[in-house]
Amino acid sequence: MLKVTYKFEDDISTDIIYPGRYMATVLPSETPQYAFDDITELNKILNSSEKLEIPLVIAGKNFGCGSSREQAASTLKGHNVIVIARDFARIFLQNSINLGLRTIICPDIEAQQDDEIEITESKVINNSLKKEFNITPLPAARQAIIDAGGLIPYAREVLVRERGNNCKI
Amino acid sequence: MPQTLVQKILSKACGKVKVEVGDVVEPQVNLAMSHENAALVINQFQEIFSGTSLEAYVWNPDKIAIIFDHRVPAESKKTATNQKKVRTFIEKQGITKFHDIRGDEGGICHQILPENGYVLPCSVIVGTDSHTTTHGALGAFSFGVGATEMATVWALGRIMNIEVPATIKVIANGDFGKYITSKDLILYLIGKLTAEGANFKVLEYTGSTFEKMNTSARLTVCNMSVEAGATSGIVPADTETVRYLRDEAWYKGKLDLVQSDSDAKFDRIVEIDTDSLEPQIACPHTVDNVKPVSQVEGTKIDQIVIGSCTNGRLEDIEIAADILRGHKVSRNVRLLVFPASARIYKQAMDRGLFSSLLEAGAVIMNSGCGPCLGIHQGALGDGERALATTNRNFKGRMGNPSSEVYLSSAAVAAASAITGVITDPRKGGY
Ligand code: SF4
Repeated sequence: MLKVTYKFEDDISTDIIYPGRYMATVLPSETPQYAFDDITELNKILNSSEKLEIPLVIAGKNFGCGSSREQAASTLKGHNVIVIARDFARIFLQNSINLGLRTIICPDIEAQQDDEIEITESKVINNSLKKEFNITPLPAARQAIIDAGGLIPYAREVLVRERGNNCKI
Repeated sequence: MPQTLVQKILSKACGKVKVEVGDVVEPQVNLAMSHENAALVINQFQEIFSGTSLEAYVWNPDKIAIIFDHRVPAESKKTATNQKKVRTFIEKQGITKFHDIRGDEGGICHQILPENGYVLPCSVIVGTDSHTTTHGALGAFSFGVGATEMATVWALGRIMNIEVPATIKVIANGDFGKYITSKDLILYLIGKLTAEGANFKVLEYTGSTFEKMNTSARLTVCNMSVEAGATSGIVPADTETVRYLRDEAWYKGKLDLVQSDSDAKFDRIVEIDTDSLEPQIACPHTVDNVKPVSQVEGTKIDQIVIGSCTNGRLEDIEIAADILRGHKVSRNVRLLVFPASARIYKQAMDRGLFSSLLEAGAVIMNSGCGPCLGIHQGALGDGERALATTNRNFKGRMGNPSSEVYLSSAAVAAASAITGVITDPRKGGY
């Protein structure tokens, strides 16, 4: 069971998730501190010493719209965040899959801050509302990247198959 | 089976006779573009090779373009060090399409690519920038990706696992009135479609309005297609594309002009009549919050920005100079002009456009992204309001979450610079 850490409206852009002023910081190990930097309250929760094991963020439509900056995915991945949204912007969704950030597409999701949520393979269950919502499964091609542990291991395997013979993975 | 233009491009890039919407494909890439964020791509690229005995070399150094534009000249030691790291990598890999911080060949990536003939009809282009949709203006299938995805392209020369997108056909017919530009058309369309109306789809632009448009104006439309969520925008290449590539980009090679089949299946069709189009303004804080200028006229502005990959081309600077010639920028507003590339900078200077702008009180900045993303130039103060010819007005976009950004054409921006409030350029008698 997880508790909703924060609830967003529609159209949350990557400028909100990871402000442009930190774009010179690129390494996934260094980006997490700036997650939602302009939403002080949420940034504090994510960075506090009593870290939540799995912060859960609920969003409306088009979460992650705007710039292609991958830091928006790595900053959330660094905090082990799960995002449940009605839908996601294309590049953000792809970046999340590539980096292994858990994104769940749930077109009818209803939830408020502090609601208690259970996630199964095909459903999001809001125990506070006593309602269930269906998850839209990802296309098989995306699932293959997730199953491989992200795009880097996936691509490494392809690369070795195509270029290498005397390789040790 | 009939195919859309993008289906045809992807069929070719996959070596297939046809692909269908929804098919998962791995198309070969003709051009892979990055800017300063190449620093992150390099990191991810090296990760792919780590633990293998393979040497980390890119698949084709002639098909990678790297342009420094987002923070030029560097605003911090961190950026400068990232840029240095990228230069070292470029040298080691032998990457040829590199545009450093230079007054002869630098500029914003989305202007550098077309003006140097790197964008060809019927090609597949990816870029680590969401506005990579811009290059569809020359009939390419061009879209934004993240850094890790780009790293796999550098390694393998193709994109892993993309789905063939459906296409929304936009048919625009009619002429533009005085001071109405393609910016007004795309803002109007985004307002109609909403910020996610074209998510995961391609916007294909046809009709007499597009046939009459030059490549510059088409670049603006494709640039902003991503603001409706589109994977890409595309204008089928035609005689204007050939003219641009031959005369302005000095491209001499063979050109492939392809169109959607007349009976191709589109997701839907959107029709626009441009004869009666008014100047359009995107109001804070979403690009789809679009209103005709008449509804926001008189709104007080603190800073006006003319430039960016959307509207920093010669036509934009020219229209601004024409409107401002003999006038003064209001004492209540700062006017910043930043040409999209060094080439445009020189052309504008040679035509004397800078004199008119400087005499009016504008500040001319170096080519680059500058105030568009508010990182190191032209940030806004608390509660300030900007009017910009750029493409995004999200909260915090110009460096300050407590400020507001309105978006417009260069004509509206220039007329508003004189009055200090949002102004319809058709009413000023300029
Ligand atoms: S000018 Fe603005 S929108 Fe264009 S590439 Fe630069 S930051 Fe992005």
